[in-house]
Amino acid sequence: MSRIQKTFEALKDKNQKALNIFVTAGYPDATRSLEILKSLPSSGADLIELGIPFTDPMADGPTIQDSSLQALENGMSLQGTLDMLTEFRKDNTGTPVILMGYFNPIYKYGCDKFVNNAKTAGADGLIVVDLPPEEDEELRIPAQKAGLDFIKLVTPTTIGTRLDTVIKNASGFLYYVSIAGITGTKSANIDEVAAHIKQIKEKCDLPVAVGFGIKTPEDAAKMSKIADAVVVGSAIVENINKNQSVSNIVAPLSEQVIALKKAI
Amino acid sequence: MEAKNLKVPANSLRSGPDEKGHFGLYGGRYVAETLMPLILEVEQAWHKARDNEAFWDEFNALAKDYVGRPSPLYFAKATTAHYGGAKIYFKRDELNHTGAHKINHCLGQILVARRMGKKRIIAETGAGQHGVATATVCALFDMPCTVFMGAEDIKRQKPNVFRMKLLGAEVVPVTSGSGTLKDAMNEALRHWVAHVEDTYYLIGTVAGPHPYPEMVRDFQSVIGIETKEQMMEKEGRLPDSLVACIGGGSNAMGLFHPFLDDPSVQMFGVEAGGFGVDTDKHAASLTGGSTGILHGMRSYFLQNDDGQINEAHSISAGLDYPGIGPEHAYLHDIDRVQYVSVTDDEALEAFKMLSQLEGIIPALEPSHAFAHVMKLAPTLPKDHVLVMNLCGRGDKDIFTVAEKLGMEI
Ligand SMILES: Cc1ncc(COP(=O)(O)O)c(C=O)c1O
Repeated sequence: MSRIQKTFEALKDKNQKALNIFVTAGYPDATRSLEILKSLPSSGADLIELGIPFTDPMADGPTIQDSSLQALENGMSLQGTLDMLTEFRKDNTGTPVILMGYFNPIYKYGCDKFVNNAKTAGADGLIVVDLPPEEDEELRIPAQKAGLDFIKLVTPTTIGTRLDTVIKNASGFLYYVSIAGITGTKSANIDEVAAHIKQIKEKCDLPVAVGFGIKTPEDAAKMSKIADAVVVGSAIVENINKNQSVSNIVAPLSEQVIALKKAI
Repeated sequence: MEAKNLKVPANSLRSGPDEKGHFGLYGGRYVAETLMPLILEVEQAWHKARDNEAFWDEFNALAKDYVGRPSPLYFAKATTAHYGGAKIYFKRDELNHTGAHKINHCLGQILVARRMGKKRIIAETGAGQHGVATATVCALFDMPCTVFMGAEDIKRQKPNVFRMKLLGAEVVPVTSGSGTLKDAMNEALRHWVAHVEDTYYLIGTVAGPHPYPEMVRDFQSVIGIETKEQMMEKEGRLPDSLVACIGGGSNAMGLFHPFLDDPSVQMFGVEAGGFGVDTDKHAASLTGGSTGILHGMRSYFLQNDDGQINEAHSISAGLDYPGIGPEHAYLHDIDRVQYVSVTDDEALEAFKMLSQLEGIIPALEPSHAFAHVMKLAPTLPKDHVLVMNLCGRGDKDIFTVAEKLGMEI
């Protein structure tokens, strides 16, 4: 059983929902980013989404855009992201880590080389924002062969037969993007999200995580009632940004993650 | 000499893209899932329009009476004599309403948007020519228009910013990234994701996800279709070579496409070489970049080994883009079109030469094409017939050029 599957089943046995935390690799810098990453599981993150920084993050709002650019300025790269994950795995073997990013850095690195090195580094799954089903074979097939889950994004516009197309080759879990928009902007309409997730559940057995626009423990609490996992990204990155000059950056972040976990 | 949907034979170089939007390895639809249903809807609406005679009747009527098509094919006698080689013709798309070729694809796309029932239009712009052309057709059809423009470009293209505002458009300064055309395109895509219901994204070149490269090309092909007929009238034969500048590649695709199956016609795409393609300040994606994925398409981009996109540089804001349309990437790989580059300084010299030789002040973009003509023409025999796409006029650039020449306006 994969780490992702094990995590969802263990939580289900305890009647709990999963907390997915997104951080940008290399933000605010390589050293502190690794410290933050290492601290997340003990604060309550059940899964981690590690963002591979990219110059042109088309689906992200200003918060994550800025974090990506700063990480790149501080020398982070795709290889650096994998190295960070290798370090993390030295003392954590239980928390699933999903690499999340845009296709170009992966394409440039080489799809086959990337999936092999990502697997070796300890990744469990991939989310590639700009790779819809029409174009995903080039990465999805080698990824699934290497044992990495290929996590699909389902959005408010994924309706009718489009939903069948999107979930067809999904594995791991489904990532439900709760708003038609970019990260860190609007908030979702909970009733619409609930209705859509119900339709998705009728067609697919995979756990459903909800992300985009979840900021506070209250948001997380509401979403956790209708999904198997909630993803918090921009609010975490924003908190890192706010505490960039604090000597112990991990403390305020742990506080935030603990509060989120408690709420769901 | 009107545009319409011409049936293309199967083994033709004009048959691309395939049904998934690929030109060989390039093109495709690399967008966030939120946009996919909408992109598929645009494709459907475009194909329906393309196969509908009434659509082309509407397009051609406006192209004639509103834009002023056909644009003349002008034999440049003085220029020909000056360089002493090839017979040089200019395709005068700078005489179009709004001063560049961009109006061709704006007109076509707004007609598609209207057929889709969309209520508002967004666009990105670099030099502001596409923004002005978009704002113009939006005024014509009374649709709200929002143009995303890099904060840097707003500074260097003030007259066009003012024009857009006069035409009733909202101009949104983009400060993310490098504050130029690529960032304006990112921002337009981000805005579109959040307004999928009522908004049409009117892309300004043969780039972006399928069907844009195909659709924009087909609207711009009016340039090549006219050139072919006009050349038959004037010379009774096909031209020997075509020259066009390349930002994203729309004016070049429009001129080249109708000639792709005529093997005797040589084609040159001229990229912006900035300070030189061996420096890190240029915008030559084909001659100085490598394959990648950005803005919904696979093509050539300026990028580093980590797949991070580099900033482009050109004296011409309209060529200052670190990518190129996917069909050009394909034509480059199969060697059908030769892609070359000229520097900022060469383009500036060409700007002055063309103004003085012919009394035509060109935009800085086609000044790049003319800089290549200046090199090429003297090496060619006198019976060689060359056509250059004079795709824009230079009014918008006089401030930039004056500053470069150390002159005050
Ligand atoms: C006059 C003119 N020519 C050329 C271009 C470059 O675009 P493309 O390569 O799509 O023709 C622009 C872009 O703004 C332009 O204004």
